[in-house]
Amino acid sequence: MSALLEVRDLRVRIPLPAGTVTPVDGVSFSVDCGEMLALVGESGAGKSLTCLALLQLLPAAAYLASGSTALLGGQDILALRGEALRATRGKRIAIVFQDAGASLNPVLTAGDQVRETVLAHLPMTRAEARARAVSLLGEMGLPEPAVQYDRYPHQLSGGMRQRVMLAIALAAEPELLIADEPTSALDVTVQAQILELIDHERRTRGLGVLLVSHDLGVVASRADRVAVLYAGQIVEQAPTRELFGAPAHPYTRGLLAAIPRLRGPFATTRPMPGSVPDPASWPSGCRFAPRCPERFARCDALPAITQPSVNHAVRCWLAEGGS
Amino acid sequence: MGTPVTSGIVRRTPSIRVGLFLLLALGAAALFLPHFLPDPRAQPDLVSGVLLPPGWSHPLGTDHLSRDVLARLVYGGRVSLAIALGAAVLAVTLGAGVGLVAGYAGGRTDAALMRVVDAALAVPRLILLLLVVALLERIPLWGLILAIGATGWLGTSRLVRAETMRLRTLEFVRAARALGASHARILLRHLAPNVAGPLVVATTLAVGDVMLLEAGLSYLGLGVQAPTPSWGSMIFDAKPYLVTAPWVAVAPGTAILLGVFAVNLVGESLNRRFGGRWT
Repeated sequence: MSALLEVRDLRVRIPLPAGTVTPVDGVSFSVDCGEMLALVGESGAGKSLTCLALLQLLPAAAYLASGSTALLGGQDILALRGEALRATRGKRIAIVFQDAGASLNPVLTAGDQVRETVLAHLPMTRAEARARAVSLLGEMGLPEPAVQYDRYPHQLSGGMRQRVMLAIALAAEPELLIADEPTSALDVTVQAQILELIDHERRTRGLGVLLVSHDLGVVASRADRVAVLYAGQIVEQAPTRELFGAPAHPYTRGLLAAIPRLRGPFATTRPMPGSVPDPASWPSGCRFAPRCPERFARCDALPAITQPSVNHAVRCWLAEGGS
Repeated sequence: MGTPVTSGIVRRTPSIRVGLFLLLALGAAALFLPHFLPDPRAQPDLVSGVLLPPGWSHPLGTDHLSRDVLARLVYGGRVSLAIALGAAVLAVTLGAGVGLVAGYAGGRTDAALMRVVDAALAVPRLILLLLVVALLERIPLWGLILAIGATGWLGTSRLVRAETMRLRTLEFVRAARALGASHARILLRHLAPNVAGPLVVATTLAVGDVMLLEAGLSYLGLGVQAPTPSWGSMIFDAKPYLVTAPWVAVAPGTAILLGVFAVNLVGESLNRRFGGRWT
């Protein structure tokens, strides 16, 4: 398998009156064709900024540090400008945001918004694009797609809106889909259905998926690999089974212990105290150290990345000692 | 917008229904009645037929040149309403274009366009129009529409700019960009339909403004030129006979009153329905 997306040293900087902060600080990962990589982390870890950076949609104040690269099929998508950038967005790399209600234009019908993306990227007549939009809505599991085509977003339920967003994202058969918390606003059954739709595209036509989530439970059942993001850095990255079976970073262990379990006493659920600090006050050493239960002297220096096994990378002094 | 929302608003608001009915009645009269009435320019009897009070042969009387006031009123309605509609649509279209571009582009483009608007707003509109019209002397009808329309877009551009700036930050604009929509497409397909609400209100209110403006210009003898009647020029012609034959001035005056009342009724009611943000 060749890497579809290869992100290296992604750094997002935001100049503030008190000094420039770097909320995404040297993030590197890759997604293969037909692979689902989950990017997990708490609020403020830099998940969404990472996604937006890949599409060059950062907020006006933020900018990419030089040296950041993201190769999509060998081409650096962070260096794209103008028409080449526009033609890549939606065609080769698509995104679904968390709040489908806000992502849809309230005064255009659902179908027209799907058709629009089809027309923007595929050489089709309006009638052909309409037919494709209807069939896409059907594929996304909307009942009576021809009827839903003419509905406005406010006439659809939350789950249906996310299906419409997915139809829009997949309209031009992209190679990579970024799903930024696509199911966080939905109830559990709809969550599973939406994830199954994405997974189906992954299996059948080799769609690469970057699934962003704060919910390890969502990730466990679907993702091939997991990258754990903390304070702008990936602290651990491993195949899903290995990450859940043998977490090497104290933060990952903390996240796993914080998941309530159906079996066993409730007392085994241990919430992690504290939250991700503000980017302006990140420690110079290990960024997790202030919250880490296993902190020791070496944590005052930023840990190097070590590899407990071939596909497993972790940024912690303890892991180095162990291997 | 043509959405179910808009038609629902019309159905649920009596004042809009009254206003629309009045407008339709005025429009229909201007469109169809001239066919059944004498030539508004005909001067049948300059000796004993001048300034006749309303009666059987002339329902609204005759003017100082023995012309039928009703015929001139409905024919003048065509002219006045055409100017009002044409100039209002032109003004709102220009304003929407400038406002959308300024609000979406932001930065220097926005600053430059808005300083032009500020500067233009510093000159009173009527004075500007008087200058244009006086320089051209005998101005054709389309020229008048153009002049009034080209001086009326300033307020609309500010309104649309503010609304666009608010919309620009919303998630669906970012989503459209993320999926490869060009700037032009976002402006025309995504933002323009979203300002349709304020634009409907702005157009309606602009129609009323233009009606008064045209009447004012014509009353000063600078608008619609004789022998073509318009409501404003009819009052201008009737000036010397206000005391001896008031009906000649009262008829077009009432028409202006009703027309402006009707469009403002529709505009203000729509505005209130939309939350009263767009005046």
